[in-house]
Parts: sequence; C-alpha cells; structure tokens
Amino acid sequence: MTETVWSSARRRLLANPGARISLGVVAALVVLAVIGPWLNPNAAQTLDWSHVATDPGMAHAHWFGTDRLGRDLYVRTLEGARVSMIVGLVASTVSLGLGLIYGAVAGYVGGRTDDVMMRIIEILGGLPLIFFVIFLTVIFGRNEYLLFVSIGAVGWLTLARIVRGQALSIRRQEYIEAAIASGAGTARIIYKHVLPNVLGPVIVYATLTVPQIILLESFLSFLGLGIQEPRASLGTLIAEGAGEMEAAPWILLAPGAFLTLLLVCLNIFGDGLRDAFDTMERG
Amino acid sequence: MLRYFLKRLGGAIPTLFIIVTLSFLLVRIAPGGPFDEEKSLPPEILANLESAYGLDQPLWVQYTRYLRSLLHGDFGPSFRYKDFTVTELIGQGLPVTAEIGIAALLLALTLGMLVGVFAALRQNLAADYTVMTLAVAGIAVPSFVVLPLLGLLFGIYLRWLPVAGWEPGSIRHLILPVVALTLPPLAYVARLTRASFLDVLQRPFIRTAFSKGLPLHTVILRHALRPALIPVAGFLAPAVASIMTGSLVVESIAGLPGVGRYLVQGALNRDYTLVLGMVILYSVVLIGMGLAVDLLYAWLDPRVRYER
Repeated sequence: MTETVWSSARRRLLANPGARISLGVVAALVVLAVIGPWLNPNAAQTLDWSHVATDPGMAHAHWFGTDRLGRDLYVRTLEGARVSMIVGLVASTVSLGLGLIYGAVAGYVGGRTDDVMMRIIEILGGLPLIFFVIFLTVIFGRNEYLLFVSIGAVGWLTLARIVRGQALSIRRQEYIEAAIASGAGTARIIYKHVLPNVLGPVIVYATLTVPQIILLESFLSFLGLGIQEPRASLGTLIAEGAGEMEAAPWILLAPGAFLTLLLVCLNIFGDGLRDAFDTMERG
Repeated sequence: MLRYFLKRLGGAIPTLFIIVTLSFLLVRIAPGGPFDEEKSLPPEILANLESAYGLDQPLWVQYTRYLRSLLHGDFGPSFRYKDFTVTELIGQGLPVTAEIGIAALLLALTLGMLVGVFAALRQNLAADYTVMTLAVAGIAVPSFVVLPLLGLLFGIYLRWLPVAGWEPGSIRHLILPVVALTLPPLAYVARLTRASFLDVLQRPFIRTAFSKGLPLHTVILRHALRPALIPVAGFLAPAVASIMTGSLVVESIAGLPGVGRYLVQGALNRDYTLVLGMVILYSVVLIGMGLAVDLLYAWLDPRVRYER
C-alpha cells in the first residue's frame, strides 16, 4: 500500500499518546482563552475595591481570586493568555514568512548569492539577538505591532537554514528542469515549485517556534518591555504575581500554571510532530 | 591545531567588529537622548552636557573615538550613573553574575550528562520516560516562573532559604537563583546526551568493545562517551546564551547586584555607553564560547581538524 508523507505522518502522530494528549490540552487552553472570559461576570479591567487580593473561591465569581487592585484573575489570566497566543501566532508567521522566502531564494538561486546570504545568517546567528530585541522594543517604544515583528525577526534564522537545505536538493529535481524548459522565471519557480515542496519540515519547525516565541514575549513583558498596562499578557501577570507571592501566592500561580501547561504541551506536541515527520526513523 | 585555531580567531574578529558597529548605530538612531527627563533642561545646560560627553560631534567622530577607547579597554563614562565609568559598573557586577552563571553552566553540564546517560541505559523503561518528560518540562518552563515558585516553596512555606537578597560571600542566597538558571540547560543537555548516546551505542565499534568482553562501565567511559559528547559540545554556546539571558530576569527577581539589570535599565534610560558596554561584553563571552566549542570539537572528533 502506498502512503503519502502526510497521511503516514498523521498516522504516526496520532499513535503517539503524548502528542495526542498535549494536542487536546492545547486545544482546550485555546478554547478557554477565547470563550472563557465570557463565562465569568467580571471584566478584566474592573476594579472591585471591596475584594482586593482575595483568595480563589466561588464568592463573587472570583474563581482564581483577585489582584492588588481587585481585578478578577480568572478573566485577566485568560485574556493575558489570549494576548500571548496571538503574539505567538503572529510572530511565528512573520518568522515563517521571512525564513521561507530567504531560504528558498538562497537555496534555489545558489552560487555566489547563496554564499553571501548564508554568510549574513552566520553573522546574525553569532549575535546575542535577544539583546537586539530588547534594543528594538526600547527604541521603537510601546508599539505592540513592532513587538510582534521584532520577536518574529529572531526566529527566522534557523528556519531559513532548513528551507535552504531543502531548496538545494529540490533544484536538482526533474520537475524544476521541466519548469525551466517551459520558460518559467526564477520567481515563479520559487513560488510555484520550491515553496510548496519545502513546507513539511518547515511546518514542523514552525510548531516548535510557537512556544519559543510565547516564552520570549512573556520574558519581554516580564521585564516591562512588552505588553503594557492596563493590558496584560502572561508575562506581565507573572511579574505582578512574583512581587506579591508572600501575601497572595495565587496571583503568581494562576498565570504561572497556565503558561507552564501551554508551553509544556506545545513542546511535547512539536516533538511528536517532528518524530512523525522524521524520515530517519521511518521504515 | 594551532592553524585551525588561528583561522577561527580570524573569523571571530570581523563578527565582533560588526556587532560593535551595529549596536553603536542602533542606540544612536533611537529617538530620545540620555538627558531627556520629566523636566526639560535649559538649552545651555543641555549643550554643555552634550559637549562634555562628546555628543555634539559628528557621528563618525564619536564612532572612531569610541573604537579607540574600546581598544584601551575603556567603555567610557556612564550617562546615568554619574561619577561611574561603564568599566567600573561592569567590574562591580560581573563577579556576582559570573559566579552564578558559571555554577549554573557546570551543574547543567555534569548533571545533564549523568541524567542523559542514565536515561539512555534504561531506554524505553519507566525511568527513561519519567526523566524525559521532566526534561521537556524543564526546557519549556522559563526561569522567571521557576524562581518565584522555588522561592514560594523553599523560602516562604519551608523557610529553608532566603527568597531574595544578597550578602557578600553568602552561598545560601545564591542557591535558588542558580537552580532556576540551571534547569533549562540541564534538561536540554540530558536530552542531547541521551539521543547521541543511543546513537553511538548502535555503532560497530561499541559491539566490538562488548564482544571483547569489556565491562559496561569501561565501554561507556573509554569508548562511547567521547563521540557521544560531540552534540553536547555544540550546545555549549547556546547554553551560555540561555544562562546569560536568564540571568537578566533571575538577578532582578532575586535582587542580586549582578550586571543583568544594567542592560534593561540602561536601555530604558538610554544610557548609550552602558548598553553598548553590556552588548559588547555579552558578545565577547558568546564569541569566546564559540571558539572554545570549535577547539573542543577538534579534540573530540579529529576529523574536524582536516576539514576544508
């Protein structure tokens, strides 16, 4: 029986209990982050001065308790999680786009162009990029779109390398020769033939990029360089909780547990996906 | 071996030069200057300040001046911490940062390799699965979550260790920060070691070693370990980078007087010279680590020396 790469990868992925469970958990967390806040009567920005820093409990629907200003932590954690997830997705898409185009051009065009482009990657890879992200977020101020872009700009180097490697082998294939013979231009060949064929491994790597980027965003927000008050992401909530943990540990525990669960499950799922696509183990 | 090293060193110097130039330009094109405050200064005083720090000169004059003083090991005066040079500030904070950083790196490497070998020898048994699941968690959970949780458990509930703070020479204050910094690279090293160990154990020369009747520990120590460590050596530079990045937040949570806070504070205050000094310091450490890794590769795998 012949099986395509995709269907055999799906079969192998679903046979892996860790990947299956973590996919379920991630899906549940996403659903919770999207519809969860509506299930609670409290709003994220409302200050409930009669219930400042109260314990988690059923009273007044403060299920995860409240923070120093009486804001409901259940709603704030979920809305913060939503912000973190959006940053993760958008920034991963940015780095996916950059890496795909850069890698495909370098790999397909080859020769001198490839040498120069890969040399640039090598130099950029040697730089402490996290410090440049800190720079950029400070220079361009509190612009959240820029935050997405600069976070995404960190992740694309490895992706570009992977895509280039794939593109190098693809350009020797017969269908590329056929496309050249039928008069297709370089840009068209890259778009129509090279990009669709490198997508498999790239998607795997992009899945592993998402948790890294969520982590980076939380890190920046924790340092006060990311999402700004009164909006919150998981990172800002954790920073707030770390300052209050002696008197009110739940302010740290609620966002900390959410972030931990999300990152662990995304990583396990990404690993499972990589194993499922890994041709070394197949056969 | 020497030629190989010199070639690598020759490649590192232009990289460092590019880093210095890029970061110099980046901080200078940023809007806002180091003397912007809530209340704006009278123009005469601002002009005096700028000429005192040489900021009124054309950019390329400032740049060549900065490069020249760098070559003398002088990072220039800090714009915000008055009466301090950047070299002095870094000199004060670096011992603390280096102490926790080096401790974390050594712990991560030794424990990570031990755990990795242990898991590999029990491949697909319960112990292996447990350890590797913990390793995923260790990689995924950031140190700025781990450290407050450790503080909550050991500092507030059990009262064994201080939550934060620092005293000269006190080891107790450093334990939790070091643990928080160690966990992510430890988990990574464990995973790498396990994977490469399993790979090496498949090779013919290991079968030969076993069939000669050598005991397990001899096979591991004399034959399997060295080739299995090659991927781990490759992780050294990323490990150092992860520890340095982690120490930015760990130092601020634990209230340690290291250099980590200078980068964020300096960037927020537009303290140009301090930020530049920090980026250059971190880059030198990273590039130096890269060189060390190249040498280590050449020692672990002799084939590397003859490539290209």
